Amino acid sequence: MTFLRQLLRSFLPFLVGLPLLFAFHEALRASGSQAYTLLLTTVGVNVILAVSLNVVNGATGQFSLGHAGFMAVGAYTSAKITLALAGLQLSFLPVALSDQLFFALALAAAMAVAGLAGVLVGLPSLRLRGDYLAIVTLGFGEIIRSVIENMKSLGQATGLSGLPLRTNLVWVGAGALATVVMARRLSVSTQGRALFAIREDEVAAEAMGVDTTGYKVRAFVISAAYAGLAGALISHAILLATPRMFTFVRSIEVVVMIVLGGLGSITGSVLSAVVLTLGLEALREFQAYRMVVYAALLIALMLLRPQGIFGTHELWDLKLFKRGGRKPTAAGGPGAAGGPAAPGAAGAGGTP
Amino acid sequence: MTEFLQHLVNGLSVGTIYALVALGYTMVYGVLKLINFAHGDVYMVGAFAGYYLSDLVGVRPPWADPPPGAGETFVKATIVTMGSMIICGLLGYLIERFAYRPLRHQARLTALITAIGVSFLLEFGFQLSPLVRSPIEFPPGPSPRVFPALLARDGYEVLGVNLSNYDIIGLLVALGLMLGLQWIVYRTRFGTAMRAVSFDSQVAGLMGIPVNRIISWTFVLGSALAAAAGIINAVSRPRIEPLFGLMAGLKAFVAAVLGGIGSVPGAMVGGLVLGLAEEYVAGYTDSSYRDAIAFTVLILVLLVRPAGLFGRLTVEKV
Repeated sequence: MTFLRQLLRSFLPFLVGLPLLFAFHEALRASGSQAYTLLLTTVGVNVILAVSLNVVNGATGQFSLGHAGFMAVGAYTSAKITLALAGLQLSFLPVALSDQLFFALALAAAMAVAGLAGVLVGLPSLRLRGDYLAIVTLGFGEIIRSVIENMKSLGQATGLSGLPLRTNLVWVGAGALATVVMARRLSVSTQGRALFAIREDEVAAEAMGVDTTGYKVRAFVISAAYAGLAGALISHAILLATPRMFTFVRSIEVVVMIVLGGLGSITGSVLSAVVLTLGLEALREFQAYRMVVYAALLIALMLLRPQGIFGTHELWDLKLFKRGGRKPTAAGGPGAAGGPAAPGAAGAGGTP
Repeated sequence: MTEFLQHLVNGLSVGTIYALVALGYTMVYGVLKLINFAHGDVYMVGAFAGYYLSDLVGVRPPWADPPPGAGETFVKATIVTMGSMIICGLLGYLIERFAYRPLRHQARLTALITAIGVSFLLEFGFQLSPLVRSPIEFPPGPSPRVFPALLARDGYEVLGVNLSNYDIIGLLVALGLMLGLQWIVYRTRFGTAMRAVSFDSQVAGLMGIPVNRIISWTFVLGSALAAAAGIINAVSRPRIEPLFGLMAGLKAFVAAVLGGIGSVPGAMVGGLVLGLAEEYVAGYTDSSYRDAIAFTVLILVLLVRPAGLFGRLTVEKV
C-alpha cells in the first residue's frame, strides 16, 4: 500500500499534466501563434536547467558553474542521433509517431551521455571545495566547448544546423514536470536527506556515516543528465546546435536564476526561471538597454533581498498544503490547520 | 631553440598581463573571500580609460609630422597610464562601496551574484551606442576600437627571436608594479593591516584596524593594477572592445586559483605559469585549443595540489 502511494506520488503529476499539455499544445497549434511556442519552450528549458542545477548548488551545496557544458553534451548527442535517423521510419508507425519515437531515444541518449560527463566532473569534487570546485566545473564546461569547436564531425565553430523540428510543448512540459517531480521526490528521500546533510556540514555528515563522495557524484550525475535533456530540447526547437549557445555565460544565467529564486528552493527556481525568461523577453523592445536593465535589476534585487525570492522555502511548505496531523503542534486540533484542501495537495501535486 | 625562445618571450608577455590581473582577484579574495567577477571588466575599463585619455591629452602617433619627441612620448604615456589607473581605482572603490559592502554579512553567493551583475552592467553598458559625443564618445559601443600608439614600436632580433620594445617595457612596468605591490603588502603598515584582515577580519577589527578602509584600498589597488595590465596589453594588441575583459578575466582568475587564491606571490607565479603553458602547448601542438589549455592545466594542478601551488590546505575541524 505504501509502495503504491509512493508510486502514485511520482506518476500522478504526469497523469494530470500530460493530458493538459496535449490539450494546450493542440489549442496553441489551432490558434497558429508560433511566436509563443518558442518563448514557452525557452521558459520550459530554463525551468529544467534551474531546477536541475539546484540539485547540486542548492541541495548539496556544491558550487557548480559548468551547467552549459552538460547542455552542450546533451544537445550534440541528440543532434547526432536525430540527424542520423532523419531519413528512417519505422514501417508499422505513421511518420510523425516514428519521428517522435526516435526523438525519445535521442533524449534518453542525451541524458545518459550528459550523465556520464557528470561523473567526470563530479569526480574532482572528491578533493575540491568551494571556489576551487566552482572554477574547475567552469573549466570543464569550457573544455567541453573547446573540444566541440575543434571536432570536425561536430561542425566545429559553426555547429550542427538543419536539425529536424522535434521539440514541442508536450516534450518541454513533460521534461519540466519530470525535473520538478524528480527534485521534489529527491528532497524527501534518503538520498536527498544525505545531500542536505552534506550541504549543512560535510564533516559531520561523513562522521554520521554518509558516503559523501558517492552522494556528491550522484548529485552531479542527476543534475548533468537533466541539463543534457534541456540541451537536447532547445537544440531541436531552434534547429541548431552551436558552441556559442553553451558558453559559461549561459551557466551563469542559470546560477543567477537559482540564487534569485532562493538557493535550495524548487519553487523559487521554477518561479525565477519563468520570471527571468519572460522578463528578458518583455525588455526586448528596449533593445540595447535590455541587458543593462537586467544587470541593474540583478544588483538591486540582491541588495534588497539577499536570500532570494523564496529563501529556502517551498510552495508546499505553506500551511495551506499541510496535512493537519503532520505538524506536531496541530495534532490537538485535527483538520484545523489542514482543511479540505489538504489531502489532494499533500503529495507531489504542488507543481506549476 | 629559436622557436623555444620565441615562445618564452610571447609567454612572458601574456603571463605578466595574467599575473597583474590575477593579483586583483587574489587580493580581493584574500580580504573578502569573494570572487570579484567584475574584475575582468575593470581591466577592460582600464584599456578604454587609456583610449579616452590619450584622445584628451592628444597623443600623436609616431608617424605624425613632426613625430613626437622622446620627452613628449614619455610624459603622455605616463599620464595615460597613471590616469587610467586612478580612474579604475576609483571605479573599484565605487563597486566595493555600493555593490559589495551592503552585502558583506550575507551569504557569499549573494555577493557573487552581485559581482556578476556589476560585470554585466559594465560589459553591456559599454556596448550601448554613445550617449555623450564630446569631448569623448561614451559609451564606446559594441564595435572594436584601435588603441592609439602611445610609443613608437622598435623591433629587435636577438638570437633569431623577435623582440619589441613593447614587450620589454611591458615586462619592466609589470615587474615594477609587482615589486611595488610586494613591498606594500609585506613592508608597510597598510600591508600588515591587509594581511591581518585577510587572516581574520573580525579579530583585526577588534585590534583597531579600520577594516572597511583596508578593504576599500585593497579594491583600489587591485583595480589600478588591472588598469595597468589593460594599458600594457592594449599597447601591444591594440584592438579593444567591451567584451574583451571576459576571457582575460577568466584566465586571470584561473591563474589566481592555480597559484593558490589569496596568495600574492601565488598570483604572480600562477599568471606566468599559465601564460607560458598556453604559449608552449599552443605553439608546439594545436593552437585552436588555446582556451582549453588554461583549464586543463588548472585541473591537473588542482588534482595534485587541491589548494593551488602556494595555497595552504586548511584542515577542517568540527
